Amino acid sequence: MVDVEETQTILSNKTMLEMYWTMLLSRKLDERAWIIHRQGKIAFHISGIGHEAAQVGAAFAMERGVDWLVPYYRDLAMLLAFGLTPKEFVLGLLGKKGEPSSGARQMPSHWSLRRANVVSHSSPVATQTPHASGIGLAIKMRGDRAVVLTSIGEGSTSQGEWYEGVNWAAIHQLPVIFLVENNEYAISVPQPKQMAVSSVAQKAKGLGLEGISVNGLDVLETYQSVKRAVDKARSGGGPTVIEVCVSRMTPHSSDDDDRSYRSKEEIEAMKAQDPLDMYRAHLMQEGVLNQAAEDELQTRAKAAVEEAIQFAEQAPFPDIEDASFPVFVEDIQNA
Amino acid sequence: MPEVTLIEGIRQAMDEELARDENVFIVGEDVGPRGGVFRATEGLYEKYGGERVLDSPLAELSIVGVGIGAALYGLRPICEIQFADFIHPAFNQIVNEAARMCYRSNGEWQVPMVIRAPYGGGIGGGLYHSQSVEAFFAHVPGLKVVIPSNPYDAKGLLKSAIRDPNPVIYFEPKKGYRLIKGEIPEDEEVLVPIGAANVSRPGTDLTVIAYGMMHYYTLQAAQAAESKGIDVEVIDLRTITPIDKKTILASVQKTGKVLIVYEDNLTGGFGAEISAILAEDAFTYLDAPIRRLAGPDVPAAPYSHPLQNWFMLDPKKISDAIQELAEF
Repeated sequence: MVDVEETQTILSNKTMLEMYWTMLLSRKLDERAWIIHRQGKIAFHISGIGHEAAQVGAAFAMERGVDWLVPYYRDLAMLLAFGLTPKEFVLGLLGKKGEPSSGARQMPSHWSLRRANVVSHSSPVATQTPHASGIGLAIKMRGDRAVVLTSIGEGSTSQGEWYEGVNWAAIHQLPVIFLVENNEYAISVPQPKQMAVSSVAQKAKGLGLEGISVNGLDVLETYQSVKRAVDKARSGGGPTVIEVCVSRMTPHSSDDDDRSYRSKEEIEAMKAQDPLDMYRAHLMQEGVLNQAAEDELQTRAKAAVEEAIQFAEQAPFPDIEDASFPVFVEDIQNA
Repeated sequence: MPEVTLIEGIRQAMDEELARDENVFIVGEDVGPRGGVFRATEGLYEKYGGERVLDSPLAELSIVGVGIGAALYGLRPICEIQFADFIHPAFNQIVNEAARMCYRSNGEWQVPMVIRAPYGGGIGGGLYHSQSVEAFFAHVPGLKVVIPSNPYDAKGLLKSAIRDPNPVIYFEPKKGYRLIKGEIPEDEEVLVPIGAANVSRPGTDLTVIAYGMMHYYTLQAAQAAESKGIDVEVIDLRTITPIDKKTILASVQKTGKVLIVYEDNLTGGFGAEISAILAEDAFTYLDAPIRRLAGPDVPAAPYSHPLQNWFMLDPKKISDAIQELAEF
């Protein structure tokens, strides 16, 4: 169904390299976050390693600046594609002043980026799904051309909030894409203990909307599938559930140890299908990327991470007064 | 001035705000052609259409969750929860999402929305059509909780709630929907500020603090006490969060005795918070212990009529408590 060659003719080499750069930068930042956690510099990290292709493919299919994103905590690569800077990400890790998601009130990777139409989300899962449908409803009521994409893990689709949110979009044919990043684990609980269907896409059937399943390790395949759903939503064709099958190549979070519930072999097999490696190989094979350019991108990514770490380490903590502010909107108006 | 019912005040408020601001819309179960099970939205579907008076699926958390999303985009939803007893599935959305959005995004995202819900017993509603649930929400920073007791306030407070940039929980005393009548001027805009209590009856001997349906009964009880020579001051809180401490403390300074009346269960009910405020800030004014008269600590008002009457407060129970406190 998905024609990668066709996608390549749509995407310029420049865009394909930009997608690769975003995935690479996300990977390097994520790896560094694990290191500074183990150094005791941060209290928490939740990783998106193995999800980068799905996130970047989806983000590039959207009209960033016009469309809306209601993300979840694994979406570092998605957020970078939407304009979050490495410095801003590390400010969040370290809980420093100026962090744009929450002013360092929330744990790291609890995104919000008002300037890019990225909506704030919380830790309890699937709460964001009805918000996306509400945004879709408002877009439809106003007759705007934006669409909204909301992401989530497959385990979180067990929540009633997910069904209720998707049901709304299906009833009213709202311009919403429900992107389910299926990495087959909800912390330790594998997919068969989470749902009786073999694919999250099948859940869409019972709610009366289109559901598709995509290889989320392939950035171009994801791009093409999400683009089609975005175009459909924008032209009034309604919502889509898109399952992107990805790998969670790390434990759930810095507080988890996945050796207690999955084998070394399983993790080795995932690493052999690393979406970043596969996309790099593809770009080299197609002549879009050569070794010299790759070396330069690696150096640039390393430098960007280093610069972000140094910047954030030197940044001040928030003022103590910030802790009581702003509970109500009046607190901002009176400040 | 025409005398109207409390629910008519609510209906007028929504009608006027729908006409004033195109961002305002109503969403809830049966709010459309049916006009709401209590008829609060009667005629509004015909006047504003199905998009602005929107029937939701039978799923309360989605009413609030979808409302939050619409509010984030810039609309001003009025979410109707058919009975306060059914608000619990939406608790996560209200407490974790709506209430925390402004704080957790450092003010970048705001949720201007109203959640309306009829509360309280006395209508044969049994365990699940009678609950008073305001204390759960009064506990949560980031929410305002409003409970009107008469048609004028019902209209003026709801209009203020719809214009408020924060999430406002608006509980309506369903027993009083048609029982409580009052005048509302036709030729002027009625706006009652959120956060201001009202001394609805001045007096000198003791203060009774109440809200919603219990305020209505308290006025009757105060009348009865007057015939026994007790001069009662009555405070209608109108807004329970943020609470108007100033009005409460000024009254208690004057009378020296306080009775707090609320329909919710005694333990952990909002009267406990008022009592704590008085113990901290009014200790030196008090001539008697702070008294609370509230619903018993059973799960809710039972259905059977005599059992319901046992649960519910009424003017007689309140006037008895007034007399007891006056005699202290």
